[in-house]
Amino acid sequence: MGHASGKNYINEEPGLLSWFTSLDHKRIAILYFVSIMFFFLVGGIMALLLRLELFAVNSAPNVGNILKNGDVYNQVLTYHGAVMVFMVIVPGIPAILGNFFLPLQIGAKDVAFPRLNLASWYIFMLGAALAVITFFVAKVDTGWTFYTPYSIRTGGAVVMMVVAAFIMGMSSIVTGLNFIVTVHKLRAPGMSMFRIPLFTWAIYSTAIIQVLATPVLGITLLLLAMERTFGVGIFDPKLGGDPVLFQHFFWFYSHPAVYIMILPAMGVISELITTYSKKTIFGYTAIAFSSIGIAAVSFFVWGHHMFVSGQSEIAGIVFSFLTMLVGVPTAIKMFNWLATLYKGSIEFTAPMLYALGFLFLFAIGGVTGIMLAVTAIDVHFHDTYFVVAHFHYVMVGGTLMAIMGGFFHWFPKMFGKMYSEVGARWSWVFIFIGFNVTFFPQFILGAKGMPRRYFDYVPEYETLNRVSTVGSWLITIGFLIGLYVIVQGLRKGKQAPDNPWGSKTLEWQTSSPPIMHNFDHDPVVTAGPYEYK
Amino acid sequence: MSTSRVVNGVNVASHYRDEKHQYASNKEGIWLFMVTEILMFGGLFVGYIIYHSMYPELFAEGASFLDWRLGFINTLVLIFSSLTMALGIYYNQISQPKKATWALAITLICAATFMVIKYFEYTHKFHIGIFPGAMLNLETLKEHGYNIQHPNLGLYFGFYFCMSGLHGIHVLIGMGLIAWVMIKNMKREFNANYYTPVEGVGIFWHIVDLIWIFLFPLLYLVG
Repeated sequence: MGHASGKNYINEEPGLLSWFTSLDHKRIAILYFVSIMFFFLVGGIMALLLRLELFAVNSAPNVGNILKNGDVYNQVLTYHGAVMVFMVIVPGIPAILGNFFLPLQIGAKDVAFPRLNLASWYIFMLGAALAVITFFVAKVDTGWTFYTPYSIRTGGAVVMMVVAAFIMGMSSIVTGLNFIVTVHKLRAPGMSMFRIPLFTWAIYSTAIIQVLATPVLGITLLLLAMERTFGVGIFDPKLGGDPVLFQHFFWFYSHPAVYIMILPAMGVISELITTYSKKTIFGYTAIAFSSIGIAAVSFFVWGHHMFVSGQSEIAGIVFSFLTMLVGVPTAIKMFNWLATLYKGSIEFTAPMLYALGFLFLFAIGGVTGIMLAVTAIDVHFHDTYFVVAHFHYVMVGGTLMAIMGGFFHWFPKMFGKMYSEVGARWSWVFIFIGFNVTFFPQFILGAKGMPRRYFDYVPEYETLNRVSTVGSWLITIGFLIGLYVIVQGLRKGKQAPDNPWGSKTLEWQTSSPPIMHNFDHDPVVTAGPYEYK
Repeated sequence: MSTSRVVNGVNVASHYRDEKHQYASNKEGIWLFMVTEILMFGGLFVGYIIYHSMYPELFAEGASFLDWRLGFINTLVLIFSSLTMALGIYYNQISQPKKATWALAITLICAATFMVIKYFEYTHKFHIGIFPGAMLNLETLKEHGYNIQHPNLGLYFGFYFCMSGLHGIHVLIGMGLIAWVMIKNMKREFNANYYTPVEGVGIFWHIVDLIWIFLFPLLYLVG
């Protein structure tokens, strides 16, 4: 229905320039949305190239050596990983959906520090630009993990790339800091901590990890830059240093970062499941605390990346058990979602399909994670395609499903237009099936011993690799349909009502799209977020 | 959203209820930022502890090249500057901007003194061939009459230069921030109701001092 005056955050200030100077959290979310979509396209093209290379063994004419040699393959692999991790999945949900909906969900007019919020986008873009420049100046081939000692010795603009990641980390810290203060200080009257919607709970838990873990990545990357520039020796065995220390430092951030990537997705899923089952979420408190639980446990599991890197046996055993502990809060969430579905009035809308897809794929990703936590199994699976399949099931099957589902769910609110439900469902069909076709064979390939990060393989692996590559095309079709649905929705979509899904959380109480100051009257909260029935 | 209004003589952004609400939020933000600073240095401290336990003698030999008297003077200078920084906030709280400006100026001078001493320490080390890691010049050291027991002494100086260097960068940033609030102070932008930037810079400065108070014994006195 829109706002009575017809004014909203999109049309209140005219001109393209006003978007780049806007302090409004909703506009900044849109800035992030456009840039992250672009990086997703770049990272996706890299992935397609990798899969195309692996379509056939290298001896096959024409196909199978499209990237010419292993060096080019390693570079493309590095940029696929770095772009997808640092520029898409880490900032994805917090910076787009979090920025837009966290203040709305708690009844705030904006985030605590609007200027810092805009700065975070510029910092992010600066870092991203630096990373992209390295691709044209001197390509990096270390993989996104920059493991020493290889990253010290190899050519390419590693220092620049590392500085880029450091800068994007700063952006991530600033965003997290902003969200924590917003949740603490800017809740509407009556919005107690246990009336906060679960999406905001998840973003809040994520923000804690962002603030606590990212500085450690920062210093690690700075030390790596120092190592390359001045040879300080801290990671260099020749000078008495220890390359494994780099892995400890790196994963002390990067394992919690895995939860930076998945926790917001879980928050989205909580919203979708309850909205489209028209039923009060089961175990609100348990889900909220399990987010904090995952955030807490995430700091004590980094050693499971180093089972075969020469850490002590005791450390391996301890990290193995701690890692399995992650399964507990995660399972709490899973079972609560299932219990919410039970006897609900389920509508199979596109967002709900994405949410159900998440449950299915994340269950596989999670269970294989427990398998990899068992040291005896990990020694066999380490650095094989089994690991690749595992983390893609979590990161892509989990996070990207949630991004797509959440995006369709909130699309009417963000843009005031409806999208084509049929088209959105077709995008899900292709992405969901394509995803399984791509990554399930990789579990089998890994179990058979195919190592990851290789540009070629023995002929025995060819059939499954072909299946996997075909799957990557299906995913592409799915995303193209999704893109088409979004563009068509923006151009020709019907006017969206304020609350098309009958949702109970606060962001649906304002107009679609919201006005500049979010609410006509400061909301006063008198009930929990999911009082359906 | 950028609109603000004046409450109790203070510009309050429209998403805050009043000036106290804004003050409390800003302060929480600053403290969270300090947490990230400590964690960033935390990585260096952990690395230091690990290598110190692996090579205690190497670290002792490295520390013997540092002049504890200079480090001690710098420690005193920074602790004193923390006092004057606190006074800079205090005088704003009781609306005495002139005294506050003086306190901030002294803080700035202390910070500069620290950097000057650091400069002489660094250049002296470069002069006798001490560089981080692989760049440690054993020849030059020998020419100056130093016989090194541990050829990997550069590892210690890798830590020395990274830790004190990163700290030095923070001192420089702190100097910029102190100068910024000092100028604002001279323009009489602060009063008993509004002194958030001074306090924020103060918190940052105390953390920078605090980190040095840990760096001094670890780098200079150990061994």
